[in-house]
Amino acid sequence: MAKQAFDIRKHNLVPKHAKVSDREKKTLLEKYNISVYDLPLIRKNDPGLVGVDVKPGDIVKIIRQSPTAGEAVYYRCVINV
Amino acid sequence: MGDLYKEYMDKLPARVMQELKEYLPGSVSQSKLRQVLDKTVEEYEESKAAPGECIGNVSAESIGEPGTQMTLNTFHFAGVAEMNVTVGLPRIIEILDGRKELSTPSMEIYLNKPYSQGKDIKKLALSVKETLFNDIAVEFLINIVDLSITIVLDRGQMKSVGLIPSTVVNAMKKQTKGYIVKADSNEIILKSRSKDVNLNNLYNTKEKLKKVHLKGIKGVKQVLPVKRGDEFMIITAGSNLKEILRLDFVDSSRTVTNNVFEIANVLGIEAARQAIINEVFGVIENQGLNVDIRHIMLVADTMCTTSVIKGITRYGVVSEKSSVLARASFETPIKHIINAALVGEIDFLESVVENIMINQPVPVGTGLPTLVTKVK
Repeated sequence: MAKQAFDIRKHNLVPKHAKVSDREKKTLLEKYNISVYDLPLIRKNDPGLVGVDVKPGDIVKIIRQSPTAGEAVYYRCVINV
Repeated sequence: MGDLYKEYMDKLPARVMQELKEYLPGSVSQSKLRQVLDKTVEEYEESKAAPGECIGNVSAESIGEPGTQMTLNTFHFAGVAEMNVTVGLPRIIEILDGRKELSTPSMEIYLNKPYSQGKDIKKLALSVKETLFNDIAVEFLINIVDLSITIVLDRGQMKSVGLIPSTVVNAMKKQTKGYIVKADSNEIILKSRSKDVNLNNLYNTKEKLKKVHLKGIKGVKQVLPVKRGDEFMIITAGSNLKEILRLDFVDSSRTVTNNVFEIANVLGIEAARQAIINEVFGVIENQGLNVDIRHIMLVADTMCTTSVIKGITRYGVVSEKSSVLARASFETPIKHIINAALVGEIDFLESVVENIMINQPVPVGTGLPTLVTKVK
């Protein structure tokens, strides 16, 4: 039973995660009139954030595959565990 | 033409855009296309849930009513072999309650080519299955007179899982320091090195030996190679996603477990949300019922907002509510009210339940907007 290195980003269940730039972050928060921590949360060491360089307080943009909309955008705020 | 589509890209969902492109003829004129798109946007905006609509309530009823028609049978024989899978209402309750210990954990292992075409399928399945020492032993005997343990091995069983006596003895020696191990053709005799060994000690060693891991993946209790469509795959009882994904013959992009907590740990919270939707929707479809997937998506989103999976229980999402009265109205009211009184909690009456309790209009639908005055 040989081992392989697997990349979780290739798994069907894992959507694409990307960091939101500071400028986008500002317009997003202004659009919905909220603060960062009103967003849904994601842990800094979440396996889905592999390869995304984030620190607590950043916003992650998640592009989900949706059966109804085709593609759905979701935002999460990074927190320390 | 393409520019016009691009212009409407952020006004309409990707799926609607794709359908429009499919059904509209390529020869449609610029102005006609704009008319169609404008009309579509209008219809789309119209079909959105209005602000203040109590979508949670709608979801609860939409899932709850078909739930009453579901089977209450916990067990159901899925195909061949004695493999149990929890289905129906008990399974839905299990997922939505966010239970960490499932009654029937199970995995679906997809394989890479050429194994997915059936090459060595039995051998692979057996190599994944966990073999404990207990599985290959016929009996464990404790000799009270000379204080030794005799283990009789089942040669037939050992052969079928592909183990030879020397590896078994080696694995055992690691686990039993302080014992002299003597191996016969189909017997292993253990004798303690030290003089002051008592029966109690011996008994504990015996119980420990039964759980010695010999081969396979920890936690995989049963394997079942099956053919689904035109490819072979392995279904297991017991689950260990992290170790299984590391095996080189496993297709690590499709292999899943039915334990959503394991998925959250290995693949992240977003994958867990998708897994919850798939599992719940799978059960509902399996029962021949019809629930819109958006209701399930809403529940899954609620369970996953706080970066870990929270069940719909008083320890899970309900404990997150800011209002004391709302929490008290769910379960164990006295406990919540006493605790809130002790720390002097304030209820701002911002949500539905607490306003019903004190007989005020609830902030839902037309009750939501209020007048704002600028104080000068």
